[in-house]
Amino acid sequence: MYHNTDKQEYTITVYTENQVGLLNRIAIIFSRRKINVESLNTSPSEVPGIHRFTIVVEESRDVVLKVVRQIEKQVEVLKAYFNTNDEIVWQELALYKVLSEEITEKVKVERLLREFGARAVAIRKDFIVFETTGHREETNKLMKALEPYGLVEFVRSARVAIIKESAGFHEKLKDFEKREPGEEVTENEYLGKREAVFTM
Amino acid sequence: MEQKQLTGSQAVLEACIAEGVDTIFGYPGGAIMPIYDALYDYKEKLNHILVRHEQGGIHAGQGYARSSGKVGVVFATSGPGATNLVTGLADAMIDSTPLVCITGQVFAHLLGTDAFQETDVINITMPVTKWNYQITDAEEIPAVLAKAFYLARSGRPGPVLIDISKNAQFQLFDYPGYTPCNHVRSYRPKPVIRKEYIDEAVALINNAKKPLVVFGQGVILGKAEKEFKKFIEKSGMPAAWTILGLSALPTDHPQNVGMVGMHGNYGPNVLTNDCDVLIAIGMRFDDRVTGRLDKYAKQAKIIHLDIDPSEIDKNVKADVGVWGDCKETLPLLTLGIEQKDRSEWLAVFAKYAKEEYDQCIQPEMYPTTEAMTMAEAIRVANEVTEGNAIMVTDVGQHQMVTCRYAKFNQTRSNVTSGGLGTMGFGLPAAIGAKFGAQDRTVIAVIGDGGFQMTLQELGTIMQTGVDVKIMILNNQFLGMVRQWQDLFMDKRYSFVDIQSPDYVMLAKSYGIAGAKVEHRKDLESAVKTMLEHKGSYLLEVMVGKENNVFPMVPQGCSVSEIRLK
Repeated sequence: MYHNTDKQEYTITVYTENQVGLLNRIAIIFSRRKINVESLNTSPSEVPGIHRFTIVVEESRDVVLKVVRQIEKQVEVLKAYFNTNDEIVWQELALYKVLSEEITEKVKVERLLREFGARAVAIRKDFIVFETTGHREETNKLMKALEPYGLVEFVRSARVAIIKESAGFHEKLKDFEKREPGEEVTENEYLGKREAVFTM
Repeated sequence: MEQKQLTGSQAVLEACIAEGVDTIFGYPGGAIMPIYDALYDYKEKLNHILVRHEQGGIHAGQGYARSSGKVGVVFATSGPGATNLVTGLADAMIDSTPLVCITGQVFAHLLGTDAFQETDVINITMPVTKWNYQITDAEEIPAVLAKAFYLARSGRPGPVLIDISKNAQFQLFDYPGYTPCNHVRSYRPKPVIRKEYIDEAVALINNAKKPLVVFGQGVILGKAEKEFKKFIEKSGMPAAWTILGLSALPTDHPQNVGMVGMHGNYGPNVLTNDCDVLIAIGMRFDDRVTGRLDKYAKQAKIIHLDIDPSEIDKNVKADVGVWGDCKETLPLLTLGIEQKDRSEWLAVFAKYAKEEYDQCIQPEMYPTTEAMTMAEAIRVANEVTEGNAIMVTDVGQHQMVTCRYAKFNQTRSNVTSGGLGTMGFGLPAAIGAKFGAQDRTVIAVIGDGGFQMTLQELGTIMQTGVDVKIMILNNQFLGMVRQWQDLFMDKRYSFVDIQSPDYVMLAKSYGIAGAKVEHRKDLESAVKTMLEHKGSYLLEVMVGKENNVFPMVPQGCSVSEIRLK
């Protein structure tokens, strides 16, 4: 049913009610179609009481479009958007744990921090924890740099992303709360301008 | 003034009454006992039908919803009671049937402890419900149930499951009264209709030389049968139906050209690949309808009317998507389109219909073989009921034959498991359909395979005295699977040879009258006896063992490659 051509990274942003079980409802939309979720973050949004999911998948536009419609169909989802990487500003955060003895002996730590834009968030006699934020390649670079010096633990967060063209959800929510909503809420983006999917 | 106090259980039943529920299908058990205890005092207002298995209960709820147009309500207990609902939920989900299912759950403090009859019903049913929710505090009951009924019936309808822990059922709380729900801020049941798409669709239809309408259950769910009839009559277009659209347009309407899809009619299938504009109304381009997708109506402009935006472009790319409730969009189209005479184009359908009649239909309906055919049994039923009965079918060959040949004068007359293809659906759904339309004759047409999946519901018929006419078309095989093994697997009949009990004796043990016909000469009087009998009746009709259903679009083939034999 789905074409596998033209796969690229898409970031899906979903505004939802804060409801137990909704994470699962959204997750099964992907798993049912055997789509691997590269990264998933849930957090508060700019609007109190409204949750924001940020989901990264590597898929074709066609697949992502259909998945986003299925997400939006869920009762407790207000709106779902999807964007390519050039339409968003995004960051990931990474933590690295190294042994103090090893790293201080062999590396100029201050140079390392400067070079990779890292910070030391914990310094103990036995280990040090560094932190960087950035794109995947950037956080990977420090990991590679630390590997020779006994990287004990590494962890990276999900992607969080801001949509460049977005004016936020405050105004939109007001429309959702109306019984007779305007076109902005009931917009049918793909029927209108099929290419201009982002409408905020 | 002191506020009225109710238990959670009473609040559940008050909600049902406020929503106009008259019939509940259910089965009690440990975790739903408080609700059943409360039900004892509501016996006058709520007719509870004790089924024999929760799957029977939910299929009955589906049958009720389909024949009445109302929300079906089902009660079941926790654990196995709830898991037994899953097949029915999946069926209702894919066929957009409005249901509210209430399941009992263990006490809230036991959740997650593997308590007796505890199962995670919310997560199990998540993919097969439009919405589900667990209540652990009675205060939530009025608002959650109001939301449940609203979500089940509004927009694209579907099943909703509410899981209520036992403590919440017992809990006394200050009852604020019942307020129906008509708005959920994150939920858009009906999209705003965009005029530009109406205009585009109108222009396409007016310029079309060979337009074809394919309509689905959306017309029935939207209660838009009249609007639909006006639309096709003004446009003069041929109209073909999907299996779930059946009965939205009377069988003998001059523009009714038959069924599309795998066992649909010859003309509409072949001409799908010849029409210049295809107007799909409230249907979802199921693979059983489209056959091979990359050879489906490629020459045609597609106009797709649907209330669910995720359906547009899902399987077939629409040139114009008219998103909206067809009860509202169809009149707008009717207003814009020109009155046209399309008798030349209809004559092409008639030509195909003639060919199909001569090669397939006539030999099936009026066979000269010694063995009886399924089609002649349906033909005789048509003659006796004059097309006024509700036909409920199970799944398989008899289902395709019934949908092809049964005659319908009015809407909500065909109840079948379309999307999920649930064997065992027929008998309980027929019971529910009768409760939903008590003044109508209900005939359950069921195969010998499917009947044996849910025949325990004969007990429900016995106890309630509900009047359901059961016609078992017995070919002593799991016929549809056998047909595929015959056509595509070198006749390697692997485990399709199924034996039957003595159905007439079985019915008798449940106090249900019955008969078996083995010869054509007895068929008509047997069907008459069945329909004239006061109360339920089981008629077993022995039909040819190895008859195949034709025409057929073999899997992986284009609709225009439909085979007549």
